[in-house]
Amino acid sequence: MLLALTVVEVGSGLVLGSFEATLLAHPSLLVLVPVTIGTAGNLGSILASRLSTAFHLGTLSFDPADDQLAGNAVATVALALTLFPIVGVGAWGLATLTQGADLAVETVVVVASLSGAALAVLAVVVTVAATYAAYRFELDPDDVVIPVVTNVCDVLGVLVLFGVVELLV
Amino acid sequence: MSVRAVAVDAYREAAPALAASVVGGLFAGVVLGGMRGQLRIVEGLLVLVPALLATRGNVYGAFGARLATGLHQGVVEPHVTAGDERLRAAAAAAMSNGLIASVFAALVAFLTLVVLGRPVADVWTLVGVAFVAGLLSGVALTVAVVAVVFVGFRRGHNPDTLVGPLVTTTGDVFGLAFLVVAVRVVVGGG
Repeated sequence: MLLALTVVEVGSGLVLGSFEATLLAHPSLLVLVPVTIGTAGNLGSILASRLSTAFHLGTLSFDPADDQLAGNAVATVALALTLFPIVGVGAWGLATLTQGADLAVETVVVVASLSGAALAVLAVVVTVAATYAAYRFELDPDDVVIPVVTNVCDVLGVLVLFGVVELLV
Repeated sequence: MSVRAVAVDAYREAAPALAASVVGGLFAGVVLGGMRGQLRIVEGLLVLVPALLATRGNVYGAFGARLATGLHQGVVEPHVTAGDERLRAAAAAAMSNGLIASVFAALVAFLTLVVLGRPVADVWTLVGVAFVAGLLSGVALTVAVVAVVFVGFRRGHNPDTLVGPLVTTTGDVFGLAFLVVAVRVVVGGG
Protein backbone atom coordinates (compact mmCIF):
# COMPACT_ATOMS: atom_id res chain seq x y z
CA MET A 1 0.00 0.00 0.00
CA LEU A 2 2.67 2.47 1.10
CA LEU A 3 4.89 1.40 -1.80
CA ALA A 4 2.06 1.73 -4.32
CA LEU A 5 1.37 5.25 -3.06
CA THR A 6 5.08 6.02 -3.37
CA VAL A 7 4.99 5.02 -7.05
CA VAL A 8 2.01 7.35 -7.56
CA GLU A 9 3.99 10.15 -5.92
CA VAL A 10 6.98 9.56 -8.17
CA GLY A 11 4.48 9.98 -11.02
CA SER A 12 3.52 13.38 -9.68
CA GLY A 13 7.23 14.14 -9.33
CA LEU A 14 7.63 13.42 -13.05
CA VAL A 15 4.91 15.97 -13.82
CA LEU A 16 6.74 18.43 -11.57
CA GLY A 17 10.02 17.57 -13.29
CA SER A 18 8.45 18.22 -16.68
CA PHE A 19 7.86 21.88 -15.82
CA GLU A 20 11.07 22.20 -13.80
CA ALA A 21 12.31 24.90 -16.22
CA THR A 22 9.24 27.11 -15.62
CA LEU A 23 9.50 26.56 -11.86
CA LEU A 24 13.23 27.34 -11.72
CA ALA A 25 12.58 30.48 -13.79
CA HIS A 26 9.76 31.73 -11.51
CA PRO A 27 10.63 31.34 -7.81
CA SER A 28 7.17 32.48 -6.72
CA LEU A 29 5.67 29.44 -8.46
CA LEU A 30 8.30 27.18 -6.87
CA VAL A 31 7.37 28.64 -3.46
CA LEU A 32 3.72 27.88 -4.27
CA VAL A 33 4.40 24.15 -4.88
CA PRO A 34 4.66 22.76 -1.31
CA VAL A 35 1.92 24.99 0.09
CA THR A 36 -0.56 24.15 -2.69
CA ILE A 37 0.12 20.43 -2.48
CA GLY A 38 0.18 20.56 1.32
CA THR A 39 -3.03 22.54 1.72
CA ALA A 40 -4.86 20.33 -0.77
CA GLY A 41 -3.69 17.27 1.15
CA ASN A 42 -4.66 18.91 4.43
CA LEU A 43 -8.16 19.79 3.29
CA GLY A 44 -8.62 16.19 2.22
CA SER A 45 -7.06 14.71 5.34
CA ILE A 46 -9.05 16.90 7.77
CA LEU A 47 -12.23 15.89 5.97
CA ALA A 48 -11.15 12.24 5.91
CA SER A 49 -10.18 12.27 9.57
CA ARG A 50 -13.49 13.85 10.61
CA LEU A 51 -15.52 11.49 8.46
CA SER A 52 -13.63 8.45 9.71
CA THR A 53 -14.13 9.45 13.35
CA ALA A 54 -17.84 10.08 12.67
CA PHE A 55 -17.85 6.67 11.01
CA HIS A 56 -16.17 4.98 14.02
CA LEU A 57 -18.63 6.71 16.37
CA GLY A 58 -21.52 5.61 14.15
CA THR A 59 -22.84 9.12 13.38
CA LEU A 60 -22.15 9.07 9.62
CA SER A 61 -24.45 7.93 6.85
CA PHE A 62 -23.61 8.04 3.14
CA ASP A 63 -26.46 10.23 1.99
CA PRO A 64 -25.77 13.55 0.18
CA ALA A 65 -28.30 15.13 2.55
CA ASP A 66 -26.47 13.79 5.63
CA ASP A 67 -25.62 16.71 7.94
CA GLN A 68 -22.12 15.46 8.79
CA LEU A 69 -21.27 14.77 5.16
CA ALA A 70 -22.72 17.95 3.60
CA GLY A 71 -21.58 20.25 6.42
CA ASN A 72 -18.00 19.01 6.27
CA ALA A 73 -17.97 19.27 2.46
CA VAL A 74 -19.22 22.87 2.58
CA ALA A 75 -16.59 23.74 5.22
CA THR A 76 -13.84 22.25 3.02
CA VAL A 77 -14.74 24.43 0.04
CA ALA A 78 -15.16 27.51 2.26
CA LEU A 79 -11.73 26.93 3.81
CA ALA A 80 -10.12 26.73 0.36
CA LEU A 81 -11.86 29.85 -0.92
CA THR A 82 -10.72 31.91 2.07
CA LEU A 83 -7.18 30.51 2.40
CA PHE A 84 -5.82 30.27 -1.14
CA PRO A 85 -5.91 33.99 -2.01
CA ILE A 86 -3.81 34.57 1.14
CA VAL A 87 -1.50 31.73 0.05
CA GLY A 88 -0.99 33.54 -3.27
CA VAL A 89 -0.11 36.85 -1.64
CA GLY A 90 2.18 35.07 0.83
CA ALA A 91 4.01 33.09 -1.83
CA TRP A 92 4.50 36.18 -3.97
CA GLY A 93 5.68 38.25 -0.99
CA LEU A 94 8.15 35.64 0.26
CA ALA A 95 9.50 34.90 -3.21
CA THR A 96 9.95 38.62 -3.85
CA LEU A 97 11.74 39.05 -0.53
CA THR A 98 14.05 36.06 -0.86
CA GLN A 99 14.57 35.66 -4.61
CA GLY A 100 13.44 38.95 -6.21
CA ALA A 101 10.18 39.69 -8.04
CA ASP A 102 9.49 37.62 -11.12
CA LEU A 103 5.71 37.72 -11.68
CA ALA A 104 2.93 40.23 -10.94
CA VAL A 105 1.22 39.70 -7.58
CA GLU A 106 -2.20 39.36 -9.30
CA THR A 107 -0.91 36.51 -11.46
CA VAL A 108 0.29 34.53 -8.43
CA VAL A 109 -2.95 35.23 -6.49
CA VAL A 110 -5.11 34.13 -9.42
CA VAL A 111 -2.98 30.98 -9.93
CA ALA A 112 -3.29 30.13 -6.20
CA SER A 113 -7.02 30.88 -5.93
CA LEU A 114 -8.02 29.02 -9.05
CA SER A 115 -5.90 26.00 -8.07
CA GLY A 116 -7.36 26.10 -4.55
CA ALA A 117 -10.98 26.20 -5.67
CA ALA A 118 -10.47 23.32 -8.11
CA LEU A 119 -8.57 21.30 -5.50
CA ALA A 120 -11.21 21.76 -2.77
CA VAL A 121 -13.93 20.32 -5.00
CA LEU A 122 -11.65 17.44 -6.05
CA ALA A 123 -10.64 16.82 -2.41
CA VAL A 124 -14.29 16.44 -1.35
CA VAL A 125 -15.05 14.03 -4.21
CA VAL A 126 -11.95 11.90 -3.56
CA THR A 127 -12.42 11.82 0.23
CA VAL A 128 -16.08 10.87 0.17
CA ALA A 129 -15.41 8.22 -2.48
CA ALA A 130 -12.47 6.76 -0.51
CA THR A 131 -14.38 6.75 2.80
CA TYR A 132 -17.32 5.08 1.11
CA ALA A 133 -15.02 2.48 -0.48
CA ALA A 134 -13.42 1.74 2.91
CA TYR A 135 -16.90 1.29 4.38
CA ARG A 136 -17.99 -1.03 1.57
CA PHE A 137 -14.81 -3.14 1.77
CA GLU A 138 -14.90 -3.14 5.58
CA LEU A 139 -11.47 -1.55 5.95
CA ASP A 140 -10.49 0.76 8.79
CA PRO A 141 -10.81 4.27 7.32
CA ASP A 142 -7.99 5.54 9.59
CA ASP A 143 -5.49 3.23 7.91
CA VAL A 144 -6.73 3.46 4.36
CA VAL A 145 -8.56 6.67 3.60
CA ILE A 146 -6.11 9.29 4.86
CA PRO A 147 -3.10 7.94 2.93
CA VAL A 148 -5.13 7.52 -0.27
CA VAL A 149 -6.71 10.96 0.04
CA THR A 150 -3.47 12.77 0.88
CA ASN A 151 -1.63 11.16 -2.03
CA VAL A 152 -4.37 11.64 -4.57
CA CYS A 153 -4.64 15.26 -3.44
CA ASP A 154 -0.84 15.64 -3.79
CA VAL A 155 -0.91 14.35 -7.33
CA LEU A 156 -3.99 16.42 -8.16
CA GLY A 157 -2.25 19.40 -6.55
CA VAL A 158 0.69 19.09 -8.94
CA LEU A 159 -1.57 18.43 -11.93
CA VAL A 160 -3.96 21.31 -11.16
CA LEU A 161 -1.06 23.68 -10.51
CA PHE A 162 0.58 22.55 -13.76
CA GLY A 163 -2.68 23.10 -15.66
CA VAL A 164 -3.32 26.54 -14.14
CA VAL A 165 0.30 27.64 -14.73
CA GLU A 166 0.16 26.47 -18.37
CA LEU A 167 -3.10 28.38 -18.77
CA LEU A 168 -2.11 31.66 -17.12
CA VAL A 169 1.66 32.11 -17.05
CA MET B 1 -26.91 19.26 14.00
CA SER B 2 -27.90 21.04 10.80
CA VAL B 3 -25.64 21.20 7.74
CA ARG B 4 -24.88 24.82 8.53
CA ALA B 5 -23.97 24.06 12.15
CA VAL B 6 -21.69 21.20 11.12
CA ALA B 7 -20.04 23.40 8.47
CA VAL B 8 -19.47 26.32 10.85
CA ASP B 9 -18.14 23.95 13.50
CA ALA B 10 -15.81 22.19 11.03
CA TYR B 11 -14.61 25.51 9.62
CA ARG B 12 -13.85 26.96 13.07
CA GLU B 13 -12.07 23.83 14.20
CA ALA B 14 -9.96 23.50 11.07
CA ALA B 15 -9.18 27.12 10.18
CA PRO B 16 -6.49 27.87 12.81
CA ALA B 17 -4.58 24.61 12.20
CA LEU B 18 -4.91 25.01 8.45
CA ALA B 19 -3.78 28.63 8.58
CA ALA B 20 -0.76 27.55 10.62
CA SER B 21 -0.04 24.86 8.05
CA VAL B 22 -0.26 27.45 5.26
CA VAL B 23 2.40 29.49 7.04
CA GLY B 24 4.49 26.33 7.40
CA GLY B 25 3.87 25.44 3.75
CA LEU B 26 5.04 28.87 2.66
CA PHE B 27 8.23 28.40 4.66
CA ALA B 28 8.68 25.02 3.03
CA GLY B 29 8.24 26.87 -0.27
CA VAL B 30 10.95 29.33 0.66
CA VAL B 31 13.26 26.40 1.46
CA LEU B 32 12.38 24.82 -1.90
CA GLY B 33 12.85 28.20 -3.63
CA GLY B 34 16.30 28.42 -2.03
CA MET B 35 17.13 24.85 -3.10
CA ARG B 36 17.49 25.71 -6.75
CA GLY B 37 21.24 25.11 -6.39
CA GLN B 38 20.77 21.59 -4.93
CA LEU B 39 18.07 20.83 -7.50
CA ARG B 40 20.55 21.60 -10.27
CA ILE B 41 23.43 19.62 -8.66
CA VAL B 42 21.42 16.43 -8.03
CA GLU B 43 19.45 15.81 -11.21
CA GLY B 44 16.19 14.00 -10.50
CA LEU B 45 15.91 15.44 -7.00
CA LEU B 46 12.81 17.51 -7.90
CA VAL B 47 11.11 14.33 -9.17
CA LEU B 48 11.78 12.78 -5.77
CA VAL B 49 10.45 15.76 -3.76
CA PRO B 50 6.70 14.95 -3.84
CA ALA B 51 7.35 11.30 -3.00
CA LEU B 52 9.61 12.10 -0.07
CA LEU B 53 7.25 14.75 1.31
CA ALA B 54 4.24 12.48 0.85
CA THR B 55 5.99 9.59 2.58
CA ARG B 56 6.34 11.77 5.66
CA GLY B 57 2.67 12.64 5.42
CA ASN B 58 1.58 9.05 4.84
CA VAL B 59 3.62 7.35 7.46
CA TYR B 60 3.39 9.95 10.21
CA GLY B 61 -0.17 10.93 9.27
CA ALA B 62 -1.27 7.32 9.78
CA PHE B 63 0.75 7.23 13.02
CA GLY B 64 -1.00 10.42 14.18
CA ALA B 65 -4.45 9.19 13.12
CA ARG B 66 -3.89 6.00 15.13
CA LEU B 67 -2.91 7.98 18.17
CA ALA B 68 -5.97 10.22 17.69
CA THR B 69 -8.40 7.32 17.37
CA GLY B 70 -6.72 5.60 20.31
CA LEU B 71 -7.18 8.73 22.41
CA HIS B 72 -10.84 9.06 21.36
CA GLN B 73 -11.49 5.44 22.29
CA GLY B 74 -9.52 5.79 25.51
CA VAL B 75 -7.04 2.98 24.77
CA VAL B 76 -4.08 5.38 24.56
CA GLU B 77 -3.28 7.63 27.50
CA PRO B 78 -2.08 11.11 26.58
CA HIS B 79 1.21 10.76 28.49
CA VAL B 80 4.60 9.65 27.28
CA THR B 81 5.72 6.77 29.46
CA ALA B 82 8.72 4.67 28.54
CA GLY B 83 6.75 1.49 29.15
CA ASP B 84 3.88 2.25 26.77
CA GLU B 85 4.29 -0.64 24.35
CA ARG B 86 1.51 0.45 22.02
CA LEU B 87 3.09 3.86 21.53
CA ARG B 88 6.63 2.53 21.12
CA ALA B 89 5.59 -0.14 18.63
CA ALA B 90 3.63 2.39 16.57
CA ALA B 91 6.58 4.81 16.55
CA ALA B 92 9.08 2.09 15.55
CA ALA B 93 6.79 0.87 12.76
CA ALA B 94 6.38 4.43 11.48
CA MET B 95 10.16 5.00 11.41
CA SER B 96 10.98 1.81 9.53
CA ASN B 97 8.12 2.29 7.04
CA GLY B 98 9.34 5.83 6.44
CA LEU B 99 12.88 4.67 5.64
CA ILE B 100 11.79 1.80 3.40
CA ALA B 101 9.43 4.07 1.43
CA SER B 102 12.10 6.79 1.03
CA VAL B 103 14.69 4.40 -0.38
CA PHE B 104 12.07 2.75 -2.57
CA ALA B 105 10.98 6.16 -3.93
CA ALA B 106 14.59 6.96 -4.85
CA LEU B 107 14.95 3.64 -6.70
CA VAL B 108 11.66 4.08 -8.60
CA ALA B 109 12.49 7.69 -9.50
CA PHE B 110 15.96 6.66 -10.71
CA LEU B 111 14.67 3.76 -12.83
CA THR B 112 11.84 5.83 -14.33
CA LEU B 113 14.16 8.67 -15.28
CA VAL B 114 16.64 6.22 -16.85
CA VAL B 115 13.84 4.54 -18.83
CA LEU B 116 12.54 7.94 -19.99
CA GLY B 117 16.07 8.95 -20.95
CA ARG B 118 15.94 12.03 -18.74
CA PRO B 119 19.09 13.26 -16.96
CA VAL B 120 19.56 11.75 -13.48
CA ALA B 121 22.26 11.63 -10.79
CA ASP B 122 23.79 8.21 -9.99
CA VAL B 123 21.65 5.77 -8.05
CA TRP B 124 23.73 5.80 -4.85
CA THR B 125 23.50 9.56 -4.60
CA LEU B 126 19.71 9.54 -4.87
CA VAL B 127 19.29 6.58 -2.50
CA GLY B 128 21.78 8.04 -0.03
CA VAL B 129 20.07 11.44 -0.03
CA ALA B 130 16.64 9.80 0.43
CA PHE B 131 17.90 7.61 3.30
CA VAL B 132 19.64 10.38 5.24
CA ALA B 133 16.71 12.77 4.75
CA GLY B 134 14.23 10.04 5.78
CA LEU B 135 16.14 9.20 8.95
CA LEU B 136 16.56 12.78 10.15
CA SER B 137 13.02 13.91 9.36
CA GLY B 138 11.61 10.66 10.81
CA VAL B 139 13.10 11.34 14.23
CA ALA B 140 11.93 14.96 14.17
CA LEU B 141 8.41 14.03 13.05
CA THR B 142 7.87 11.26 15.59
CA VAL B 143 8.69 13.68 18.39
CA ALA B 144 6.52 16.43 16.87
CA VAL B 145 3.47 14.20 16.32
CA VAL B 146 3.50 12.67 19.81
CA ALA B 147 4.09 16.05 21.48
CA VAL B 148 1.44 18.02 19.60
CA VAL B 149 -1.26 15.32 19.61
CA PHE B 150 -0.87 14.66 23.34
CA VAL B 151 -0.61 18.28 24.40
CA GLY B 152 -3.49 19.28 22.09
CA PHE B 153 -5.68 16.47 23.42
CA ARG B 154 -4.96 17.36 27.03
CA ARG B 155 -5.95 20.96 26.30
CA GLY B 156 -9.26 19.84 24.82
CA HIS B 157 -8.54 20.05 21.08
CA ASN B 158 -9.74 17.37 18.72
CA PRO B 159 -6.56 15.46 17.74
CA ASP B 160 -8.16 14.57 14.38
CA THR B 161 -8.00 18.17 13.20
CA LEU B 162 -4.46 18.61 14.50
CA VAL B 163 -2.82 15.58 12.90
CA GLY B 164 -3.24 16.30 9.20
CA PRO B 165 -2.02 19.89 9.10
CA LEU B 166 0.67 19.26 11.69
CA VAL B 167 2.16 16.34 9.80
CA THR B 168 1.99 17.94 6.37
CA THR B 169 3.45 21.20 7.64
CA THR B 170 6.25 20.01 9.83
CA GLY B 171 6.73 17.16 7.37
CA ASP B 172 7.28 19.58 4.50
CA VAL B 173 9.49 22.02 6.37
CA PHE B 174 11.56 19.28 8.07
CA GLY B 175 11.46 17.17 4.91
CA LEU B 176 12.88 19.90 2.68
CA ALA B 177 15.31 21.28 5.26
CA PHE B 178 16.69 17.79 5.95
CA LEU B 179 16.80 17.18 2.20
CA VAL B 180 19.20 20.11 1.90
CA VAL B 181 21.23 18.67 4.80
CA ALA B 182 21.17 15.22 3.17
CA VAL B 183 22.42 16.60 -0.16
CA ARG B 184 25.29 18.28 1.71
CA VAL B 185 26.11 15.09 3.64
CA VAL B 186 25.99 12.81 0.60
CA VAL B 187 27.30 15.06 -2.17
CA GLY B 188 29.28 17.46 0.01
CA GLY B 189 29.79 21.17 -0.50
CA GLY B 190 26.89 23.29 -1.78
